[in-house]
Amino acid sequence: MRTLIKNGLVYRDGAFVQADVLLDNDRIAEVGQKLTAKADSVFDAIGKHVMPGFIDLHVHLRDPGQMHKEDIVSGTRAAAKGGFTTVQAMANTDPVVDNLATVEYINRKAKELGSCKVLVVGALTRNSEGKEIASIANMLKGGITAVSDDGSCVQEGRLKFNALKYAAGFNIPVIVHAEDYSLAGSGQVNGGKISTQLGLSGIPALAEEVMIARDIMFAEKIRCRLHIAHISTARSIEMVQWARQAGLDVTAEVTPHHLLLTEEACVGFDTNTKVKPPLRTEKDRRACFDALREGVIDFIATDHAPHADYEKDREFTLAPYGINGFETAFCSLYEGLVLAGELPLETLVQRMAEAPARFLSLDTGRIEPGLAADVIMVDLDGEVSITPDAMLSKSKNTPFLGRSFKGRVLKTWCDGRITWDADDAE
Amino acid sequence: MQSKFNLLGRNLFDLDDYSTDEIVAILEATQVMKQINLRDYKKLPTLKGKTVCTLFFENSTRTRMSFELAASRMSADVVSFSAETSALAKGESLQDTVYTLNAMGIDLYIVRHSCPGSPQLVHKHSSKPVINAGDGRHAHPTQALLDIFSIWERLGSLKGLRIAIVGDVTHSRVVRSNLIGMKKLGAEVVVCGPRTLVPGYLPEIYGCEVEYDLKTALKNADVVMGLRMQIERQREGLFPGLDEYTRHYVLSKETIRWAKKDALIMHPGPMNRGIEILPEIADSEQSLILKQVANGVNVRMAILFLMLGGKA
Repeated sequence: MRTLIKNGLVYRDGAFVQADVLLDNDRIAEVGQKLTAKADSVFDAIGKHVMPGFIDLHVHLRDPGQMHKEDIVSGTRAAAKGGFTTVQAMANTDPVVDNLATVEYINRKAKELGSCKVLVVGALTRNSEGKEIASIANMLKGGITAVSDDGSCVQEGRLKFNALKYAAGFNIPVIVHAEDYSLAGSGQVNGGKISTQLGLSGIPALAEEVMIARDIMFAEKIRCRLHIAHISTARSIEMVQWARQAGLDVTAEVTPHHLLLTEEACVGFDTNTKVKPPLRTEKDRRACFDALREGVIDFIATDHAPHADYEKDREFTLAPYGINGFETAFCSLYEGLVLAGELPLETLVQRMAEAPARFLSLDTGRIEPGLAADVIMVDLDGEVSITPDAMLSKSKNTPFLGRSFKGRVLKTWCDGRITWDADDAE
Repeated sequence: MQSKFNLLGRNLFDLDDYSTDEIVAILEATQVMKQINLRDYKKLPTLKGKTVCTLFFENSTRTRMSFELAASRMSADVVSFSAETSALAKGESLQDTVYTLNAMGIDLYIVRHSCPGSPQLVHKHSSKPVINAGDGRHAHPTQALLDIFSIWERLGSLKGLRIAIVGDVTHSRVVRSNLIGMKKLGAEVVVCGPRTLVPGYLPEIYGCEVEYDLKTALKNADVVMGLRMQIERQREGLFPGLDEYTRHYVLSKETIRWAKKDALIMHPGPMNRGIEILPEIADSEQSLILKQVANGVNVRMAILFLMLGGKA
């Protein structure tokens, strides 16, 4: 199966150039001007942008166990629609991914039924309870790409230190959801002005910052790979910057919602704005954006966290934390950052494809002969309406509901196979 | 009564949705209701045929009674629904509760809930006017209106008054609503309490002053309001204990001397006598505390009248 994408503006080496892209089965075969190779199907991409498929290293597919929110089929379809060709699923399913059998279940289901590649994160501690180290070596047989208790945070210092050390023996990155429980308490929104005004208990920035400080000090001692999930405060970023300057292998990701929204979004008690870490202040948002642009934050990850309508549509305090991310990520960032003149499109693509691929040394993330045929075609003028009916995710919990953004993914090829086609959707 | 002013189709989530003129109009309507409540025969036919539901997810005897009295005196039918907040996580959802009640033909909901924003949710699912009777530590607009009315009828205006509010400000919905209303009517407000119980963001949000020393806070105060201090805060590690609180923040004959002579004393109730306020002050000539309770019924009658468009 050979596919030729002609005359698009192709992302190559950090810039868009007019070129043709030839896909041969699951590989990119050739990139160049006026390719004449024979192909089974030819697509005219004139006026369109051709980008490497996006990679989302922080997602919740809710499979196994919470399939009323999402499953591997619906989640990866939503991902493909959003232009993603690889996602990395977090371990906080039911049961928790802390054993080889569950890793293999996800691998098999994703391979047979998925619309994108699914990497699997194993739990750092058994049942993510923060009490004993999980069977990391066993799960590595199933190909886990990282370990994390995301959604939870190991509170006990000695166990976290030993877990980091154990994982470091396998050179696997540990992804940390930084949250000091005693400081976060039952916090609902960022601790500060808005929590005061709404009478909701707050999650102070400190709850994140003190844990990041602790774990960076552990990483300094152990010399391990430490990745900070969904970083959200200016101080957290300063600490990552410090770690980098100290030569540590500390990386970080940021979500689209922390780049685009602040705590002010919570004022109407919309539970779709309730998320951990909470939406922070404008100063924090700005710091996240600056750090992303400058590369202190390595890449963007959605933290796609679907929740059913009936779970979200209730009292703010009783609604679960989380924002649905696949289908809004690129378009909201394109409109909110690129069209707003804040960030070059090239940088956005780098942070959504190339940088996450490099983080895990994946053979994708760039449009280069020999790499996986993970490619998307985007109409930057095309509108994406964020409505419950249009969304492919089982859940619709996004604060962008009702909005419309420019930057429409027309087609997604994953390993050379079409996994999303906007024409079919109409 | 005659009134061109009404609040038909409006909700009362908090006072920030109301202009200064609207608040004054509510105070004026409350004045009329007060006269009615001073009569021997206290019943008006104005809301006959309307059904009001008190939907309480949190215990409250006095607020509920005050609303139910107000509604009955206007001849509305009153039904009550109570649920334990502790059962909320597993029990019927708020949405289903509201759908069920709505099917019975409720015209207006009065909502008390421990989760901020819940009155908005009741409105969303019922499309009926909703009065917030206290949502967590967020807002309690009818309490603020009755507090404001009690000052307004005594002193004629709030403009230029200095009002000190003392106690656990962090956990008080009464303070938040009062700050909005009192500032709109031109008062200066200073809030005072131990630093762990007074959010630092209040001046930025409400334009009030924050003071941790009682003597400084009471200086030049025309009105002094005490707040209920709860022992739970001690267990939460927010302050060392009630005896220490009392020693530093109690409203007594001695401490009230730091305020203006004849300063009015208020408390939203229920009071912890001997903890945040001493009987010598609570029951003194300067105290408005029982007037506040009486005015609770007056103000709630006025609001129900204006929101349901009663005619006299």
